[in-house]
Amino acid sequence: MSDVKIGAYICKGCGLGERLDTAALAKIAEREGKAALAKEHDFLCSEQGVAMIREDIEKEGLNRIVIAACSRRAKTEAFGFDGDGVAVSRANLREGVIWARPDTEEARETTQEMAEDYVRMACAEVRHMTPPKPNPEAQTHRRILVVGGGVSGMTAALEAAKAGYEVTLVEKTGALGGMAARLHRRVPDHAPYADPQETGVEQMIREVEESPKIEVVLNARITRTSGAPGRFSADITTESGQTRTENFGAIVQASGFIPYDASKLPELGYGKTPDVVTQLELEELVRKADGGPIKRPSDGKEVRSVFFVQCAGQRSDKEGHLPYCSGFCCTASIKQAMYFRDQNPDIDTTILYTDLRTPGYLEDFYRSGQRKGVIFTKGVASEVRPADGGGAVVRFKDLILDEEVEAEADLVVLATGMIPNSGVDIEKPERREGQSDEDYQKALEEAKARMGLNPGEESVLNLQYRQGPDLPKLRYGFADSHFICFPYETRRTGIYTAGPVRRPMDIAQAIEDATGAALKAIQALENAGKGRAAHPRVGDLSYPSFRRDGCTQCKRCTVECPFGAIDEDEERYPVFNESRCRRCGTCMGACPVRVISFENYSVDTVGQQIKAVDIPDEFSEKPRILVLACENDAYPALDMAAQNGIHYSPFVRVVPVRCLGSVNTIWVTDALNSGYDGVILMGCQKGENYQCHFVKGSEMAHYRMGKIGDSLEQLQLEVERVQTYEVAITDIERAPRLINEMEQLIEKIGMSPFKF
Amino acid sequence: MSEPVATNQTILVVGGGISGMTAALEAAECGKQVILVEKSPSVGGRVSQLYKYFPKMCFPTCGLEINLRRLKANRNIRLLTMAEVTRLEGEPGDYTATVRIRPRYVNENCTACGACAEAVEAEFDDEFHFGLKKRKGAYLPFTMAYPQRYVLDPRILGTEDAERAKAACKYGAIDLDMQEQTVELKVGAVVWATGWKPYDAARIQPYGYDRFKNVITSVELERIMDPNGPTGGRLVRPSDGKEAKNIAFIQCAGSRDRNHLKHCSRICCMASLKQATYLREKFGDEGKATIYYIDIRAIDRIEDFYARVKADPNVSFIKSKVASITEDRATGDVILHGVDTEGYHRYSNRHDLCVLAIGMEPSVPADQFPTELVVDENGFIQRDPANGAIFAAGCSEDALDVNRAVQSGTAAALKAIQVVNRVAGTEG
Repeated sequence: MSDVKIGAYICKGCGLGERLDTAALAKIAEREGKAALAKEHDFLCSEQGVAMIREDIEKEGLNRIVIAACSRRAKTEAFGFDGDGVAVSRANLREGVIWARPDTEEARETTQEMAEDYVRMACAEVRHMTPPKPNPEAQTHRRILVVGGGVSGMTAALEAAKAGYEVTLVEKTGALGGMAARLHRRVPDHAPYADPQETGVEQMIREVEESPKIEVVLNARITRTSGAPGRFSADITTESGQTRTENFGAIVQASGFIPYDASKLPELGYGKTPDVVTQLELEELVRKADGGPIKRPSDGKEVRSVFFVQCAGQRSDKEGHLPYCSGFCCTASIKQAMYFRDQNPDIDTTILYTDLRTPGYLEDFYRSGQRKGVIFTKGVASEVRPADGGGAVVRFKDLILDEEVEAEADLVVLATGMIPNSGVDIEKPERREGQSDEDYQKALEEAKARMGLNPGEESVLNLQYRQGPDLPKLRYGFADSHFICFPYETRRTGIYTAGPVRRPMDIAQAIEDATGAALKAIQALENAGKGRAAHPRVGDLSYPSFRRDGCTQCKRCTVECPFGAIDEDEERYPVFNESRCRRCGTCMGACPVRVISFENYSVDTVGQQIKAVDIPDEFSEKPRILVLACENDAYPALDMAAQNGIHYSPFVRVVPVRCLGSVNTIWVTDALNSGYDGVILMGCQKGENYQCHFVKGSEMAHYRMGKIGDSLEQLQLEVERVQTYEVAITDIERAPRLINEMEQLIEKIGMSPFKF
Repeated sequence: MSEPVATNQTILVVGGGISGMTAALEAAECGKQVILVEKSPSVGGRVSQLYKYFPKMCFPTCGLEINLRRLKANRNIRLLTMAEVTRLEGEPGDYTATVRIRPRYVNENCTACGACAEAVEAEFDDEFHFGLKKRKGAYLPFTMAYPQRYVLDPRILGTEDAERAKAACKYGAIDLDMQEQTVELKVGAVVWATGWKPYDAARIQPYGYDRFKNVITSVELERIMDPNGPTGGRLVRPSDGKEAKNIAFIQCAGSRDRNHLKHCSRICCMASLKQATYLREKFGDEGKATIYYIDIRAIDRIEDFYARVKADPNVSFIKSKVASITEDRATGDVILHGVDTEGYHRYSNRHDLCVLAIGMEPSVPADQFPTELVVDENGFIQRDPANGAIFAAGCSEDALDVNRAVQSGTAAALKAIQVVNRVAGTEG
């Protein structure tokens, strides 16, 4: 590290000059932080301040910069030197020190000590950082693989092609069009939203076939996928058994849905008479009628009355039913009722529903249905049975009249839902040795919630990934994002789902969804080519590397990576696929021998900060509390607490981490060994509604810290000295309180005996 | 402010709410040049005013922090705040946008130290909190506001407060002579993401929003729940500050109604279900929520959330369009009148507070667009070739929840990229 040359800049603005002895801070940066130069400035983020730093970088050859001023979240434009090939560390003296402390004479000494430590820490961090450079091996294939030739897949292909990218579209059947091709008409997506409209599928197929950028492979499946964004390799195998291998930059998985099997609904008459059909079967009847009267299947009689039963086998917690709402079926039934009413207004059409769900402009379509004389009845069907002489009788509870009613119709249509076609359950529980029945049952139940009615028999992508051949499922088999703000967030970088495999949806939504997915695929391959990370650390050029000779092949990193980015080679060493990596550092936190690091974030960049803090002796009454805080939630919460004038203990030293998952237990044990009195980990919510943006990071940290008790016992330290909390970004009152509580606890149980 | 450089390969995104931010970020992260124009002094839009998101009950500011990080790190985006597009002319690949930038009276020197706000005395209704709270005449719109730069309320100009603010600033950031600017930008494609606004509740006459203090809207309740908000996060009613333990939620307030908004606003059912959980959060078993509804529209997987809320014995559902609300003057309680259509029972139910699940309408009425766009009867922009390379995103396109708005913003970004890529000749 002989070429490290640190410049430290201490700002005196925003009250820092009045509250702190900045000259002393500069001295510390030089003497202890080994900065080649240290300067104070009245207004560091000003044009002159920034120009001064730039000049020093150029003239003095600085390659490491310490900005001791405001939070790393503030003034990012002014202090954005990262692009200039230098590493930057920010000592948070404003939000982290003076705003978090009262402006009183008695607080002055401890506030100054806080600031001094943050300067030491920033110097230590930056010394061990290397400005990340793009991986020279980064490359990209610009062709996109789209799996599935329905509306979603065709849309993704067409939209990517329109943006200038080449696409291979693989469809397992012999024709494009998917489910939508089986429809007579679709629900309208254009004003005045009054009538069913053409599906547009034929035109879409034509456009796909005519596009010079799209290659269609029918009767084919993906039998193997390996690689990473920018360099995926996939085997496309046709029904005839021929396989070809091709490279792709990114993948859109539009594998669609499987219609719910209505034979599971004998109570609703399905299978007992051919005059009880599903919505999809009705579409076939209508197409068969070819503009003529629609006839009932049992005897070919013209249909004079139709009864639609909504939520058939849906929104129900009964075994074998779908617990969710499929979203499209209310409008589909309205559309189908119109097939009849538009042809012959004398045909009775009744829609039996509990909640009619026609969001947004579709309310107009609902209103149009009412205008056309479709009858809407709020009620719940209990039984459908064949009627004498054809047709069926529906028995239901009318919820408005509050009575049991029976109605006879020539045709009964069941609005059954959709089941995602998302491949196999990669987290399928296998009975482990020594696992209790109870635990195994629990795992099976979780798997059921995860997979729903998805049979999960055949893989869609056949990924050659350490963590399994398909995408992880969120719930009920949908391969969706868990995040409200980030619907395209994927747990397998460069592979995006689109359409009903992701969430129940109708055609209009699938088209929009697939367009978005096409963008994400383009983005993934472009960024992979530049060695840049994908969401949420977009543009991060650092990537993990490991020291092979220290690795014990324990596989923790390959198992714990939330994104399945790490594979294993023949000798069972980890293989880091950079462009699959999201740079959270969970692998770094997992590694028991600490051989994994990023250029600008490593066991050292944090470990050295912890070591740099000055630890007063046992009798000083000045404890030291280390806080490792998630940089996205807990750290901003502390910043904003201070911004709002909330004060907290001066004995705390906060280190932001990329994710709590990146916290290596060595940091905690080293801190305790070197005399810290308490350690607090602050991460995001874990569990079912996890808010951790790296999926499992916070959970892993909690798990690892749950086991740190042994180490504490060995050190003969109280276990309470280490606390792990879930902290939200809104916890501006609570986060400081947790810190103060630790201070009080230390007061009670006493200082650490490990001060040297 | 330096004049932004723009070319026919630049994408203009109008609106800095979650849809616009998403469109801008997604396009910029594909390597495209983007100009993001926001009318207010900071980005974030309506989601930044929400306390929690359904169904995960997580905090919108968490996602905002990530989006702000993305924005700060991305050199392909130039952000113009307090800016509005007043004219938009041209054709796909070649538009000229005229952007009017209102003076902030605070320049880039601002460090957000807050000295100006301390010095200024005048107070005004705080827009961020829908006027439920006051703010100073020099202010940061909200704690997480980005750009993190103060704003002077133009109403203090020419008063002593303006001079006080100027004198208090050590960094020369207060510029009282700042003028309105107009800039012309060349752009290739436009993403129109001007979002939604809550329907004017006072127009639903029988509900007495303008007459009864304890009738509020769903968006106001979000502010009341915010620990940084007007009540410090205490769930109390406006009339007397009493804890609101028995709350009525009226669905379709302004939506699905020929007299008001014809469309369904999609989010309000879920919003009320979410808000019903606030009662348990604050008061445990003592909190009671009653939801007056027509249909509960908990679409797709979100059905889970509905089932969970329904399982709470303290949340009840009445299928009814509430006919009218009266106020008990002595207590300030509100009394809801109507007929429960399940069995046709009349009711007059007393509640501490009534929350109107207020509908969403497009923020910008169609006749105020800077160019002609094809809209539907409800004012939402249609996907229509006649709109050229102006692509609607988010709630300017349809009443959408956050998840779908982000999806829409992402899709619109690709549509815009197709146009600028064509301009760049990278195609074929």
